[in-house]
Amino acid sequence: MFDFSVITSWIHALLTSWMPEGLAVFIECVLVGVCLLLMYAVIAIVMIFMERKVCAAFQCRLGPMRVGPWGTVQVLCDVIKMLTKEIITIRHSDRFLYNLAPYIVILASVLAFACLPVSRGLEVLDFNVGVFFLMAASSIGVVGILLAGWSSNNKYSLIGAMRSGAQMISYELSIGLSILTIVVLTDTMQFSEIVERQADGWFLFKGHLPALIAFVIYLIAGNAEVNRGPFDLPEAESELTAGYHTEYSGMHFGLFYVAEFVNLFIVSGVAATIFLGGWMPLHISGWEGFNTVMDYIPGFVWFFAKAFFVVWLLMWIKWTFPRLRVDQILTLEWKYLVPIGLVNLLLMVIVVVFKLHF
Amino acid sequence: MNNDWMKKIPEWEPAAEWSEAGDGRFTVPAERFRFLAERLKKEGGFDFLRSLTGMDWGEEGFGAVYHLENTSTGENIVVRAVTADREHPLLPTVSDLWRGAEFNEREAFDYFGIRFVNHPDMRRLFLRDDWVGYPLRKDYDPSLNPLRMSNEVAKDSTASYDLMPDGSIIRHRNVIFDEGEYVINIGPQHPATHGVLRFRVSLEGEIIRKLDVHCGYIHRGIEKMCEELTYPQTLALTDRLDYLGASQNRHALCMCIEKGLGVEVPERVQYIRTIMDELQRIDSHLLFFSCLCMDMGALTAFFYGFRDREKVLDILEQTTGGRLIQTYNTIGGVQADIHPDFVRKVKELIAYLRPTLREYHEVFTGNVIAQERLKGTGVLTREDAISFGATGGTGRAAGWACDVRKRHPYAMYGKVDFDEVLFTEGDCFARYMVRMREIEQSMRIIEQLIDNIPEGPYQVKMKPVIRIPEGSYYAAVEGSRGEFGVYIESRGDKFPYRMKFRSTGLPLVSCMETISRGAKIADLIAIGGTVDYVVPDIDR
Amino acid sequence: MKYEDFNDNEYIEQMIAQLRENGTNVVMGCLDEVIEWGRSNSLWPLTFATSCCGIEFMAVGAARYDFARFGFEVTRASPRQADFIMVAGTITHKMAPVLKRLYEQMADPNYVIATGGCAISGGPFKKSYHVVNGVDKILPVDVYIPGCPPRPEAMLYGLMQLQRKVKVQRFFGDVNRQIDRKEYEELLLRDITAQKDELNVEKGDTHE
Repeated sequence: MFDFSVITSWIHALLTSWMPEGLAVFIECVLVGVCLLLMYAVIAIVMIFMERKVCAAFQCRLGPMRVGPWGTVQVLCDVIKMLTKEIITIRHSDRFLYNLAPYIVILASVLAFACLPVSRGLEVLDFNVGVFFLMAASSIGVVGILLAGWSSNNKYSLIGAMRSGAQMISYELSIGLSILTIVVLTDTMQFSEIVERQADGWFLFKGHLPALIAFVIYLIAGNAEVNRGPFDLPEAESELTAGYHTEYSGMHFGLFYVAEFVNLFIVSGVAATIFLGGWMPLHISGWEGFNTVMDYIPGFVWFFAKAFFVVWLLMWIKWTFPRLRVDQILTLEWKYLVPIGLVNLLLMVIVVVFKLHF
Repeated sequence: MNNDWMKKIPEWEPAAEWSEAGDGRFTVPAERFRFLAERLKKEGGFDFLRSLTGMDWGEEGFGAVYHLENTSTGENIVVRAVTADREHPLLPTVSDLWRGAEFNEREAFDYFGIRFVNHPDMRRLFLRDDWVGYPLRKDYDPSLNPLRMSNEVAKDSTASYDLMPDGSIIRHRNVIFDEGEYVINIGPQHPATHGVLRFRVSLEGEIIRKLDVHCGYIHRGIEKMCEELTYPQTLALTDRLDYLGASQNRHALCMCIEKGLGVEVPERVQYIRTIMDELQRIDSHLLFFSCLCMDMGALTAFFYGFRDREKVLDILEQTTGGRLIQTYNTIGGVQADIHPDFVRKVKELIAYLRPTLREYHEVFTGNVIAQERLKGTGVLTREDAISFGATGGTGRAAGWACDVRKRHPYAMYGKVDFDEVLFTEGDCFARYMVRMREIEQSMRIIEQLIDNIPEGPYQVKMKPVIRIPEGSYYAAVEGSRGEFGVYIESRGDKFPYRMKFRSTGLPLVSCMETISRGAKIADLIAIGGTVDYVVPDIDR
Repeated sequence: MKYEDFNDNEYIEQMIAQLRENGTNVVMGCLDEVIEWGRSNSLWPLTFATSCCGIEFMAVGAARYDFARFGFEVTRASPRQADFIMVAGTITHKMAPVLKRLYEQMADPNYVIATGGCAISGGPFKKSYHVVNGVDKILPVDVYIPGCPPRPEAMLYGLMQLQRKVKVQRFFGDVNRQIDRKEYEELLLRDITAQKDELNVEKGDTHE
């Protein structure tokens, strides 16, 4: 398995050899930031393209076809269009917050994105309370959405924002509980550690029953967290025209749009990292030959394959189910998912204490 | 009309006069009408107001024609109320007896300026509040109303009129929305209103407290236009009323004109018309399924519905030349004979559609979320359905056997064997299921007819100029979403004196307030989807 | 579609000639080309329909015709995010101010397609007292799609014509800008600071 820290430490050594340490670290930070944003943009484009093709496939259509081979450059066109579109200023809106809101949403999403360990040695933010940091960072997003709804001076936006506030804050709880279940199993909160411990088997298999329950709860709550169907109430097209971003145009809307898709990727990435072993190849104890072959596949391939598999799963759900109603969403969370999550946490503790896991 | 009523009504109301021309009807002066209406409702059991038509009889004054039906015995009666006052025409309201009259009376006020005494909400229904004059009056001058581009302000109050014993009128102001209420505006451009309907909804959290319907954003004045067109020309407009029931609408108008002329259409035509109506119904119900799914957020099912709807359209197009607007029926027949491939293709369609319907049920009907959202929401009781005159799937879901095909069989419907789909719950799910079952029944009807289409002419030779004898005529068909009726009043001219379409959608939107009060916004979308109105049909 | 498959090439060619009259800077020209290529391939429609044509518009988006192939992928329900408005159906006197407002709510650059007889001229309802005889009386129309209602193929053809038109436009060439920057800013300022009663509303109860 290739360790990317070789490259990063080589760059660090190269820079420190002819400049002071402080400057080198600063340049590295900038470099990492640029790479991160670049990857963010690429992932967004890939995700949007994938969404279109996947939904078209479910709907007996073809999806984008004419721009580039199989419509591959379609999203690029959309980006160009978005960038050149007018950004409308709204009368009687809180202009400062109105303009700030999309950036808060993007900021939250980039921060959370930075937590994902893509491959061995390719972690941007990796420290001992990584899980906490991820959850804290990702929940900033809801502030942006609330601000967007409130500051646009539009009743639809306000209802959308209120819905999303209620929904996202509730489902945060379930996400937290299901991640905690795994933290109990691993006794660490550092993402790289979590991945390392799955070398002899992914947690979905190692933790068997409680891990499986946690995984399902995580998928449901994660789907709700990123406001995608059947939980797309805050932007419910047929009810609130476009929900909290009704009044946003041009790139401001584009930022919301991109954030939605990257958030979906982040949720899937976290699911892949925590439950499906992240960049860790599939290892089956005893099958040495098989394990060696698997090790030849680079880590980031494993990571993206797993993450996109989960993305595909969530897209499948989105395009199949009708939308829930707001009271049903809250009932599902508070009456079913949270109690089950709590019991499941207890179950996991029992499993760990009595060493019932593999 | 039953002979009993010929005797009973003059007993109840000595001022009532019987006139024979056309369908035959009683004439009652406006001031005596209210008593008769009350007795007809309470003692006569006439609980269903089929149609209410405002009229301008010129010299005779203004008035309205009421088509009433007793839903338990199936008796029909036509009464007209006349007021000679051309300056301030007044009629008593019947909106407390038949709630469906509420919107119809507003329509009559909008068209003719007839004020209905004691009506709770005497606003214009279709036109702007600042519209000058009343467009369907015979002396209306269109130059009074140029295109106004100023935005319209929605008023939060309405007026009602009380008649004092000395003959003076008192105007009351009724508040619709209070100052402090959180009112949101849904429509006219909104993905869930299926066109340009507009609701103003007062919310408490997500719960709907009050709902105010605004129509008229697609009011095209078809009824007035018809008065200047010859009978064959009027046919062109009906297809564009309810474009998902194009075939049935035109069928109704042709039937009404043929009734006036006393023309018998050949059996082949009856077969073709029946099959076409049912194909159209399948088309419409598939679209209903698609749109409901889209409104509820299940986008994939929407595409499934549209995919299969194209197959129906292919068949319609092959014979009629039109996908949506077919302009196929003509007076005394149909435009062209059926395509040689017609029979084969229809059979293929039915063979294809049966398993596809099962797929729909798997994708959508059986879904937990869909069931949770549809069951128990938006309940319309049977009494309300009759009172509002909400026919079609909406009425049948509430347990009211209101199918015109069974009540007043026309074309081949008396001779084929099919079930009238009835549910008793009256909720969204029942309304949804009625439509899905009706697709099956439609296929059953088509199957019985398709192999037996008799040989013969597809059209009766008509005179070049068609004049209907003096009198009034009403004919109704079961449209895709309820009873679609055509009322023609003729004075023996080439042109109709008044032509009124009993819209299937107007009663449906008039009951929206009752159904959706206390529901959530998301439910309003589901209710609107299952009630299944088509806006140009409401506004005409 | 191939060039020779289109019917009214003269119109577009004339437009290109007009636009290219004064020549252009190489860098700007190339940038323009990229931007217009992007914009023409990503035109998002507004979900707006008043009558029959609207159903055919839905059919164009549905499985058999699928306009997502050409990049009209996302129908937006909010006018802020849409690029063109497809006036599908009759526009009545009551609807006209609403439509105008919808158009004004859309972000620049925006386009209008008049679909069907009613939107082009009033169609079969030309003589009615309540129908606007052609939407071009209230909005600048870019493409007309005749028919009653037009077939989905016709709609696709019309949509592609709009793409061609967008493609030859210039983003930097000052052609799209009808008013100059200063005037635009003044208008914007007036718009932002306007009070509620200054909105385009007639005062008082004119009619009872």
